[in-house]
Amino acid sequence: MRFTAPLTPWLWSLALCLLVAGATAAFMAPEDYQQGDTVRIMFVHVPAASLGLAIYAALGISSFFSLVFRHPLADAAARAAALPGAAYTALALVTGSLWGQPMWGTWWVWDARLTSVLVLFFFYLGYMALRASIDDEQKAARAAAVLGLVGLINLPIVRFSVDWWNTLHQPASLLRADGPSLSAVYLWPLLIMMAAYGVLFLALWLTAIRTEVIRRRVVTLRARRALEA
Amino acid sequence: MMIDLDMSPYAAFVWAAWAISAAVLAGLCLRALAASRRWRHTLSALEADRAAGDEA
Repeated sequence: MRFTAPLTPWLWSLALCLLVAGATAAFMAPEDYQQGDTVRIMFVHVPAASLGLAIYAALGISSFFSLVFRHPLADAAARAAALPGAAYTALALVTGSLWGQPMWGTWWVWDARLTSVLVLFFFYLGYMALRASIDDEQKAARAAAVLGLVGLINLPIVRFSVDWWNTLHQPASLLRADGPSLSAVYLWPLLIMMAAYGVLFLALWLTAIRTEVIRRRVVTLRARRALEA
Repeated sequence: MMIDLDMSPYAAFVWAAWAISAAVLAGLCLRALAASRRWRHTLSALEADRAAGDEA
């Protein structure tokens, strides 16, 4: 983890620069001929949704290493990913709702994409609640890692829900076999915002992992002190 | 191209989405940095206590 200490301030700075550049590009893009200015919600909705999914993949993979190899850093990584992942997923749900009301005429529909993202959000909440509810840290780590792994099943469902079922949510615009369907005037600001959200998550994640390592050292020192007293 | 800040007639939806996103991301950053600072401070204090105890 030592190499991350000098890297983290650079990541914070890069995330800030990308956010400013992305926001500027987002408000310079023209109105969409069908959606008008609501298209600008896409620049905060899509990065939050993509990262919500990617962060859960990181949480699941870390949980696997924690469960199989009992590596404490893997457990710290999984734990540190949960809160940013939940926040990004919540942002995807809220901004999606704010986009849905003017475009679809409803804040929410129980279609496959929206419902599977809500399930993803509940997996994050469940992961954090399970960790918080067990006092023994090792037992909590193991139980949460199992839940983290189970939640991985939901990721392909979220990703392919728009292909497998008829949904009100539109199909994928970026990751398509025939290339992105977005015009360049929207694609570039979107890619910059996605990079910004990604780099910001890395900065948050590395900071939280380091904090978790320090917290565990504090717990160990306190326990040692209590034994010596 | 110029920056366009006139979101009418969808201003409430667009600005709410951006404001909520900014607030949540800022909150995440502040929380992470505050927790990092707090635990580093606690560790330093504990290690200083321990070093003082060893010297005594």
